[in-house]
Amino acid sequence: MIAELGHVALACALVVALLQAVVPLWGAAKGDAALMAFARPAALVQFGAIAVAFGALTQAYLVSDFSLANVAANSHSAKPFIYKLSGVWGNHEGSMLLWVLILALFGAAVAAFGVNLPESLRARTLAVQGMIGVGFLAFVLFTSNPFERLIPPPLDGQGLNPLLQDIGLALHPPMLYLGYVGLSTTFSFAVAALLEGKVDPSWARWVRPWTLAAWTALTAGIVLGSGWAYYELGWGGWWFWDPVENASFMPWLAATALLHSAIVVEKRGALKSWTILLALVAFAFSLLGTFLVRSGVLTSVHAFAVDPERGLFILGLLAIAVGGSFVLYAWRAPTLEGGGMFRPVSREGALMLNNLLLSTAAATVLIGTLYPLALELVTDEKVSVGPPYFEATFVPLMIPLILALGVGPMLAWKRGDLTAALSRLWVAASLALALGLIVLYLWGAPVGAALGLGLAAWLAGAVLTEWAERVRLFRIPLAQSIDRARGLPRSSYGMTFAHLGLAVFIFGAVGETFFSREVVRYVVPGDRIEIADRTLIFKGVETREGPNYQIQAGVFELDNGDVLQPERRFYRAEGQQTTEAAIRPRPMGDLYVVLGEPAGDGRWTVRIYMKALAIWLWIGGALMVFGGLVSLADRRLRVGAPAVRRTPLPPATAAVGEAD
Amino acid sequence: MRRLVFLMPLIVIVALVGTLAWPILEGRDPRQLPSVLLDKPIPAFELPGLMSGGPGLASAVFTGPDRLGKPALLNVFASWCAPCRLEIPRLAGLAAEGVAVYGLAYKDDPAATLGFLEQLGNPYHRIGVDRDGRVAIDFGVYGVPETYVIDAEGRIRHRHVGEITDQVARETLVPLLESLTR
Repeated sequence: MIAELGHVALACALVVALLQAVVPLWGAAKGDAALMAFARPAALVQFGAIAVAFGALTQAYLVSDFSLANVAANSHSAKPFIYKLSGVWGNHEGSMLLWVLILALFGAAVAAFGVNLPESLRARTLAVQGMIGVGFLAFVLFTSNPFERLIPPPLDGQGLNPLLQDIGLALHPPMLYLGYVGLSTTFSFAVAALLEGKVDPSWARWVRPWTLAAWTALTAGIVLGSGWAYYELGWGGWWFWDPVENASFMPWLAATALLHSAIVVEKRGALKSWTILLALVAFAFSLLGTFLVRSGVLTSVHAFAVDPERGLFILGLLAIAVGGSFVLYAWRAPTLEGGGMFRPVSREGALMLNNLLLSTAAATVLIGTLYPLALELVTDEKVSVGPPYFEATFVPLMIPLILALGVGPMLAWKRGDLTAALSRLWVAASLALALGLIVLYLWGAPVGAALGLGLAAWLAGAVLTEWAERVRLFRIPLAQSIDRARGLPRSSYGMTFAHLGLAVFIFGAVGETFFSREVVRYVVPGDRIEIADRTLIFKGVETREGPNYQIQAGVFELDNGDVLQPERRFYRAEGQQTTEAAIRPRPMGDLYVVLGEPAGDGRWTVRIYMKALAIWLWIGGALMVFGGLVSLADRRLRVGAPAVRRTPLPPATAAVGEAD
Repeated sequence: MRRLVFLMPLIVIVALVGTLAWPILEGRDPRQLPSVLLDKPIPAFELPGLMSGGPGLASAVFTGPDRLGKPALLNVFASWCAPCRLEIPRLAGLAAEGVAVYGLAYKDDPAATLGFLEQLGNPYHRIGVDRDGRVAIDFGVYGVPETYVIDAEGRIRHRHVGEITDQVARETLVPLLESLTR
């Protein structure tokens, strides 16, 4: 009964979305305020209806209602509560329902907080958001209905893939979707601006917080997913250049570029048509990602159920949304040009270089991901491009990006002085050079390691120098510097944290790549295993009971008495096995122990890694997310845009309260 | 002319959608990767080994008289491929049971391959270094790891895409290898 209620609510949401897509657009074209005002309640009602549907499915999972085909196929009564809950989005149908829920949430947020948006812009933005909603609600209802009944219902469910029964993966999809779908808002704003035929700094000011919110969630989602792969898959790898990973990385690159080009539109009124294009492209990448994960055109470790019909449906949505917006772009964008002039060496110039490199990087990843398909189309040959391709193309693009990233924030708008900026960066430069030389000659490490760590030091040094310059540290009395530090806007701190996070991330990535060690061998109880400067003693294997699985735990003792217990888990309901690595994180490196298979004669295979500096990967990622959050809390974004201040000021919590 | 620039995104997206729709419309399932070479002789090749001057791998190895009527496995691997690491112990297990396991080091630096084998142990009877992936293309390799079962006459009898799990080894490879042994 509750499931049917959910189904009906979903159908209602589709009808409301349809109206939301048409009525406000018509109103905006005719200048009819009443019709335009329809957009806001419609967006709120649409969200409410989808929330009811999502609640109904969640209820079915929590009470293990196996008369629903979806629940029976993906849940089991013996599963812990948290994984019954995360099971709601641990499958294709449920995750698409979460997708539309978040889509409607963003629409509702624009409706609720966009009080001081120009009326026609708001109406058009919400109408475009409604159109996307129509497409995806139809997709859920007609191809992926989570409320289908199963008659007769089975006694128990088939269970959830044990790899997905993990807290990291419980949080990863909602975060990733907040990011993916958050980009729908910038897309809607961009299409609305094209319809309006004008892009002004107030538009950019409106778009920035949404981009920032989506970017922050996307970053968090990618970091969570990468962390999950690191500790759950038991390979000790954190990035595989897998098509599905690339699918989330491409929108991230586009969103990062958009985040930076929107600053130029906001501050200087330049790069308008480019920024609009980026907003369209970022969401196109999100849709492409959704398509790649669901259609199975590319083989991947984490592809969802492969279904050609669903793949074609999403591809059709992609073609309509992106194709339609690009037609509009080709028609309207040529009239948008103009705006502030600037020299190549200037803040604008640096941000343009950033955009050029980031979009080239996104294109590189796109080509690497789709190249096997394209080549097969042309030559009928199947090939694969692995990490060698990405390392050879992506990494070289990042080197100039990091070099320029150090200098960019030091340049003035319009016309910068490169020599002056560089002369202030001598500390960062000598730090980088010194670290590089030490790594190269004293440690005897490869050139790549020296270059990578040098770049990380350069960036960190440059970011801290830029902050020190802003507060005029050591140039004026310390107390005044502290006052200045307090007075800096949060958006400026957001930038500092995010850029510093990137430096820390590079430090971890380079360290993990070049300095990790591994040992794979057979052991019997009592054996000593030496790795890096550690010694582990294998004590044996114990058998235990988990909530819905059986455990074989290997017991390893470190010289200081610490015990590491990697597990092999056998899930009875699903008949599957997973390995749980035991990880002991330390600043210099993680000790990562995996219990492999028994050899049959009392010996066990064990894999032990020293993952050098791995913890800094996650700290760097967390710093980037933190930077995004800090920047979102900036006063400038909480208070409305200057163009609309003719109307009374809204409460200070307006704008992006929901998003941060 | 300037208008054309603004049309570029549209042209790109049309090409992209076409590329993506094509495999679905043709109705092919990418997980089904039957080798076009199934039951056909392996392509002729001759590859150098890991050590300069050391033995390499050539197609003749699979048809030569030293096969003695026994089938062989050809495993395509790379040191940069994570699942390859996982299947090395299983390949070692098969090799210990007397199966002739050969390796094709796909698009990999020989030094990296050597390091990989030093850490994990070397299950391969012989290894051919396929630096540029040409031989892998002749075989129709889609991704690493991939494993081919080759009978004593040098014909490809089975292709497995992805990691060799215990289950794959036990339920597919071992019975097939036994049935091919005379």
